[in-house]
Amino acid sequence: MSSEANGDGPDRAGAAGKSASLTVDGLVAGYGEVVALDGVTVTADAAGITAVLGANGAGKTTLLRAVSGMIRPRRGRILLADQNVAGRSPEQIVRAGIAHVPEGQGVIPELTVEENLRIGTMSWRHQRGRSARAAALEEAYTRFKPLADRRRKLASTLSGGERQMLVIARALLARPRVLLLDEPSLGLAPRVMAQVMDLVVRLSREQGLTIVLVEQNARGALAVADHGVVLNLGRVVASADAATLAADVALRHHYLGF
Amino acid sequence: MVEFLQFTLSGVVFGMIYAAIALSLVLIWRGTRLLNFAQGGMAMLTTYVAIEVIYKTHSYWAGFVIALVAGLVLGAASELTVVRPTTGKPELNAVIVTIGLLIFFEGLAGILFGGQYRSFPAAFSVTGLRVGGTPLGVSRFDVFTVAAVLFTTLILAVVFRYTTAGLRMRAAAFNATIARLSGIRVARVLTVGWALAGLLGALAGVLVSPATFLYPNSMDAIFVLGFTAAVIGGLDSPAGAVVGGLLLGIALSYVGGYLNSDLTSLVALGILVAVLMIRPNGLFAGARMRRV
Repeated sequence: MSSEANGDGPDRAGAAGKSASLTVDGLVAGYGEVVALDGVTVTADAAGITAVLGANGAGKTTLLRAVSGMIRPRRGRILLADQNVAGRSPEQIVRAGIAHVPEGQGVIPELTVEENLRIGTMSWRHQRGRSARAAALEEAYTRFKPLADRRRKLASTLSGGERQMLVIARALLARPRVLLLDEPSLGLAPRVMAQVMDLVVRLSREQGLTIVLVEQNARGALAVADHGVVLNLGRVVASADAATLAADVALRHHYLGF
Repeated sequence: MVEFLQFTLSGVVFGMIYAAIALSLVLIWRGTRLLNFAQGGMAMLTTYVAIEVIYKTHSYWAGFVIALVAGLVLGAASELTVVRPTTGKPELNAVIVTIGLLIFFEGLAGILFGGQYRSFPAAFSVTGLRVGGTPLGVSRFDVFTVAAVLFTTLILAVVFRYTTAGLRMRAAAFNATIARLSGIRVARVLTVGWALAGLLGALAGVLVSPATFLYPNSMDAIFVLGFTAAVIGGLDSPAGAVVGGLLLGIALSYVGGYLNSDLTSLVALGILVAVLMIRPNGLFAGARMRRV
């Protein structure tokens, strides 16, 4: 609620323009007795793509969940530009400018495509009127044409690729500076997967969006990322340029499985 | 034939009351997967508020409106003070808390208003209507009962379907994680859901009490029937709750009319058990599952 008052987040003037880095510093988080993240420090450069890689259970998803406030970090800082958002609720963090696209069923199948998109504007201030929201939806439809044709249809009727398009479009409507993507290519056909990756690159290059990309598909993620971080059992075991990581044969064999 | 018509119509009247309680249970169930055992108690307490106001002001409508407002307030206050602290704890905690609330409300009503049966006024005449000399078995007040529940249901449906606040509530009910990540304050939405449930309970209490009298346990039986109606409808579906209420009301009216009115509670429980055994997701689950 305080974030609404300080004028930061999706309501600041010229939201799309300003890039921001995301720094996670000494983050400790977990579930009950289990420590899933044990002092993780990662920096995602402004307007860059940072791939977070590692095996199942390495802590990748937990990292995103902690950053977006879905779980409360036990220790450590989460800096959006220079503002610490650790310990805030998800509702506040999306208002601060971090949007999280969770893994898997990210659409609400019982709602129409348009209703799913409208949810993306729920973090906006009430003062911003109906016309601004309508304009933002039209903008989304212009960019994601297949959604425009199906706006009145239930989201359950969409294909896997269209669903991914819908959840990313919805996240963008919150006008974030940082976009957290959890396995966006999961379960997609290779051609659709390439389209999603292409979209991710354009979002960072053309809009200056800072992207944190969690992927099981390490090869695909490193191909588009600027920087890569490898997690293992809740700790960072490698952090380097994407090209350097992709060229490190031992690391690839050991942690990334390719 | 006339009998059949009378039984059907009076079944519709009671069905709408069950529907109102069922709908109030569905509103809370959808948001939190919690069955609110205190629903009947909330309805009873707000009906006492109505009767006190009616005696003080000599205006039925003042009591009616204040009861609805009291329902809103009591629902929201219950959620904020007692139910909210169980968030993130084992699910059973919340269930036990609502049972505790029920006991608290019934005890409080006993202390404040006494345990005796009190008659509750009706807004309109309760003498049976006739069409061309044929008694319909329903009164003007019964017609008002049906209209009031239908009207409230319709308003809720329109709000849910066509407004941003309604979309917020539906999103929170369908997927709280996505709702929160999109900036919807789900906790606040839950409070609103409890408030609306309190309002529906108050409506049901005021409408049913002329027929049942008012006493601290007077809504217990109505709660069980409303719960049965909600289960018939699938607990998840507002439309299902209304249809479930109507089906149950009509079925019980036939049982009471053609067989024996002592059998109605037994038959209601029989229907509840049968639905849980055969279609545990409610009669309307099949269609919904396919859609998802």
